[in-house]
Amino acid sequence: MTIAALEINQLDFSYGKKQVLHGLTFNVEVGQCSFLLGPNGAGKSTLFSLITRLYDQDKNNIRLAGIDIKAQPLKALAQLGVVFQQTTLDLDLSVKQNLLYHAALQGISRKKAKILIQQQLEQLDMFERQNELVRLLNGGHRRRVEIARALMHQPKLLLLDEPTVGLDIASRESIVTHVHELCKQTGLAVLWATHLMDEVLENDKIILIHQGRVKAEGTRAEIIQKTATESLSQAFITLTNSRGK
Amino acid sequence: MAHYWFALWGIVFRELFRFVKQKERFLSALVRPLVWLFVFAAGFRAALGIAIIPPYDTYIMYEVYITPGLIGMIQLFNGMQSSLSMVYDREMGSMRILLVSPLPRWFLLVSKLLAGVFVSILQVYVFLAIAWFYDIQPPVEGYLWILPALILTGLMLGALGLLLSAFIKQLENFAGVMNFVIFPMFFMSSALYPLWKLQESSQILYSIAKYNPFTQAVEFLRFALYGQINQEAALATILAFAIFLIIAIIGYNPSKGMMKRKG
Repeated sequence: MTIAALEINQLDFSYGKKQVLHGLTFNVEVGQCSFLLGPNGAGKSTLFSLITRLYDQDKNNIRLAGIDIKAQPLKALAQLGVVFQQTTLDLDLSVKQNLLYHAALQGISRKKAKILIQQQLEQLDMFERQNELVRLLNGGHRRRVEIARALMHQPKLLLLDEPTVGLDIASRESIVTHVHELCKQTGLAVLWATHLMDEVLENDKIILIHQGRVKAEGTRAEIIQKTATESLSQAFITLTNSRGK
Repeated sequence: MAHYWFALWGIVFRELFRFVKQKERFLSALVRPLVWLFVFAAGFRAALGIAIIPPYDTYIMYEVYITPGLIGMIQLFNGMQSSLSMVYDREMGSMRILLVSPLPRWFLLVSKLLAGVFVSILQVYVFLAIAWFYDIQPPVEGYLWILPALILTGLMLGALGLLLSAFIKQLENFAGVMNFVIFPMFFMSSALYPLWKLQESSQILYSIAKYNPFTQAVEFLRFALYGQINQEAALATILAFAIFLIIAIIGYNPSKGMMKRKG
């Protein structure tokens, strides 16, 4: 039996008295590109903060590549690459310096880091710009650098929190294509939070959450069929009662 | 172990690169104590005569007296600057990259602290080099003796900054820190006037200044600059460092302190 890249099992979470996640349960399998869909306030960012251990939880209900993040947080975090919604690059450093910093935090030697930086940046057509200050890059290129950074330590799971927001169509397409190729070619598992449904391809898994609960799970076709609608957008509106809101 | 070593160097180098790139920061860190030395001290030289007090074995110029206080000031402001950048990084999101790396949070915070101390020591030596031309010339071995003291006082003041950054929720609140932490700490200390002078004016102020960790840091530096160890000040600095660091680590722990969320 293959171990799932991410297992979420009966996950509850509250901010004070306000419960925002209610028994969330789903898996992301190895090599699978999964999309987390849900309206604003559905609990997507909270879930990401729990997976990355920015927030703590009382029970052992998140596993990364079979490792319990509560019991073995450091070992679990080593399996994870993250691209946050906000840019988290240091604008005053160059692309290469940003990546070297990340490599150091992941325990990668400078010599090995330089090889990995070249590999990742070449895949994203950014190698020529490695010495440029991040401040001088446009939004699309910054995102590419963040993806390169998240993949440098060869994680088992890549978390993407709305990585294409604010990007032009070409930049979006390039990121969507690159991530899907990675899933196919390297077995990387991806959990991608988005509002942009055209980023979801036919065979991708969709986890639709609303008010902290999983409302539907499956491929685009399965969800459309389950809700007896004609498109994913319609299915989304039906499941989240969000028409006109 | 290698992982920890790489991470420590990564964090120190990043801080150093940022510092070098932000020339205004370097300049303002130097200008502040130099203005105090060249302007304030010159003006107050006549008004504030200093008696012979340890570690000095003769009458000294007022400029000589306030030099350790100004060194402390560099480190105090540097500690606060680091704390400000931690709050900024947290608001802008770049702090997350540090916090989600597979290393214990206490280690990440201590590394960040050491990086800040390293930068502050560079500033102090540049300040001392300029002060040398202004006739502030402690014994040559003092420049070496002061190094361990600078590390400890830098750690203590940096840990204070770290502690504050753990509990300051927004960048806007930082002005309050300046008013309620930096200025009282600096003025109610032995940085500008000896404690006995303060005692002559107010017993309460004297008591506050005596137990002010910044006073202990300044005295530790003052003696070290003249090749002596002020044991009481050294112990008080170490104790304050330990207390500030423990509270800061609790503050940054996701299951405790301000990062706590109920799951």
